[in-house]
Amino acid sequence: MAWMDARLPVTKMWKDHMAEYYAPKNFNFWYFFGSLAMLVLVNQLLTGIWLTMHYKPDAEQAFGVIEYIKRDVPWGWLIRYLHTTGASAFFIVVYLHMFRGLMYGSYKKPRELIWVFGMIIYVALMAEAFMGYVLPWGNMSYWGAKVITQLFGVIPYVGDTLLEWIRGDYLISDATLNRFFALHVVAVPIVLLVLVFLHIAALHTVGSNNPDGIEIKKYKDENGVPLDGIPFHPYYSVKDIFGVGMFMLIFLFIVFVKPDLGGLFLEHDNFTPANPMVTPEHIKPVWYFTPFYAMLKAVPDPLGGMIIMFSAIIMLFFLPWLDRSEVKSIRYRLLPFKIALSAFVLSFLILGWLGMQSGSTIQGYMTIACTFIYFSYFVFIYFYSKNEKHKPIPERVTH
Amino acid sequence: MTDKVNESRRNLLISTSIVGVVGAAFAAVPFIKSWMPSERAKSAGGPVGADISKLDMGQKLDVSWRGQPIFIVKREEKQLATLPGIKDRLKDPDSENSIQPEFAKNLHRSQKEELLVMVGICTHLGCSPKFYPEIVPQVFDSQWRGGFYCPCHNSKFDISGRVYSGSPAGTNLVIPPYVFVDENNLIIGIDKLEGEA
Repeated sequence: MAWMDARLPVTKMWKDHMAEYYAPKNFNFWYFFGSLAMLVLVNQLLTGIWLTMHYKPDAEQAFGVIEYIKRDVPWGWLIRYLHTTGASAFFIVVYLHMFRGLMYGSYKKPRELIWVFGMIIYVALMAEAFMGYVLPWGNMSYWGAKVITQLFGVIPYVGDTLLEWIRGDYLISDATLNRFFALHVVAVPIVLLVLVFLHIAALHTVGSNNPDGIEIKKYKDENGVPLDGIPFHPYYSVKDIFGVGMFMLIFLFIVFVKPDLGGLFLEHDNFTPANPMVTPEHIKPVWYFTPFYAMLKAVPDPLGGMIIMFSAIIMLFFLPWLDRSEVKSIRYRLLPFKIALSAFVLSFLILGWLGMQSGSTIQGYMTIACTFIYFSYFVFIYFYSKNEKHKPIPERVTH
Repeated sequence: MTDKVNESRRNLLISTSIVGVVGAAFAAVPFIKSWMPSERAKSAGGPVGADISKLDMGQKLDVSWRGQPIFIVKREEKQLATLPGIKDRLKDPDSENSIQPEFAKNLHRSQKEELLVMVGICTHLGCSPKFYPEIVPQVFDSQWRGGFYCPCHNSKFDISGRVYSGSPAGTNLVIPPYVFVDENNLIIGIDKLEGEA
């Protein structure tokens, strides 16, 4: 080991990030999802690499080859469904992970960079999921890709050229499929891995937040160890393994029993091949995009819709600076904050449901109302947090 | 270390940085340009011809151009007669905010009054509208004056592809560039023949 350490500080790295990385001792249920996101990422990489061994990014063959993987490739069905279910699981885990951040103020000083890296990961993940969804070349793949790329076509002046540049053709075609394949399996995963590294590197520089939202580094013992900290390994490595077990139970149940989850994880229209001349009855993206899709549909002007949709995501980036209160955790904030956060989450969930509907007039009004509530959260938090009253914050973590 | 800035070294630093950035920008060009449609895609996306000699009054012909259906409709006198009267029910009756060649920015939205040439893709979310030419009440509209109806999200268009108010689609259906070679032949995708000014 001494030989090794003289050349690469393996022992030091192990201590810095595992055995002597002190995390707050009061982590709860909400702290499972970071490590679960890592687990799903590994699942996606592994099953993804195996899928590329059989897949053909060719408009003539892509649809058929998916069926071939499912029926003829040994264990192909499992690898394929691990990958598709993994995509949805990724978003479930990431949304819960983000909600944790909102609840306990994990985005606040000194963790702004962690939040920003996390948001970039979220955006990269959306790009990754969107392009991955095109690869099976089902009819929903085709029309989904068409509608979403069309968004860039409404940008004034450069729209048409931009559209041709993205599609590599005048329509969604073999060229589009091929480049989405390259981006999905090579470019975006590399970016994701770098971002995840930065996310964790930044986290390990400042240390984890906790449900009390107070800094454990304030009180240290004579060895410089935070009094409220416990070593990540073995305490949290064991806790996370328990989380992994629970997660796997649910995840594998879906993979084995209901991989399409009634059209929610894999849409019915995607079991017919891509057809540029026939539109699916009802074009909609997979569930994790529907909140934003609802906003897009609610605005009659396509450019306006696109601006609303993208601002809904961009606003989240600024949260560390919009929330000016020094209190982090929801535990010590008062009712107005709790109501606002609940309304925000609820509006997001309802928008998710609305995005899947074909859109009656009442649903149109509901979408506008929910979009309004969604954006109000950011306005509210900016003004409310200026002189926010709060409950007394403890000096040391509680349970 | 001295506090004095070595001007000539600093200038060298700045100029090499600029050269480096310019070089990187030039190096990026092939990578960015490589995403544009290839020569093969360009030739496949070229103009297409359509022969309308067999098209009777009131009939519709579909041709495919760049993967999208192009509707060619020879409209009857009574269908054209509906156009001025429904102005109040339309979102963009004069096609101010819609896409069409200059020659089609008129009431009948075409070069030759009776002949409609139009991209059969809904301007809402890209479905293909269905053709309902008869001037009879329909389930989706009791005062239907003939036109196109998109079953995906209930957008309604008149016989010139102009969108009705209350439709989710915001603009009229797109008119592609096209040009007549002779009485019965037209080319879709260009708006003037080669050699013409």
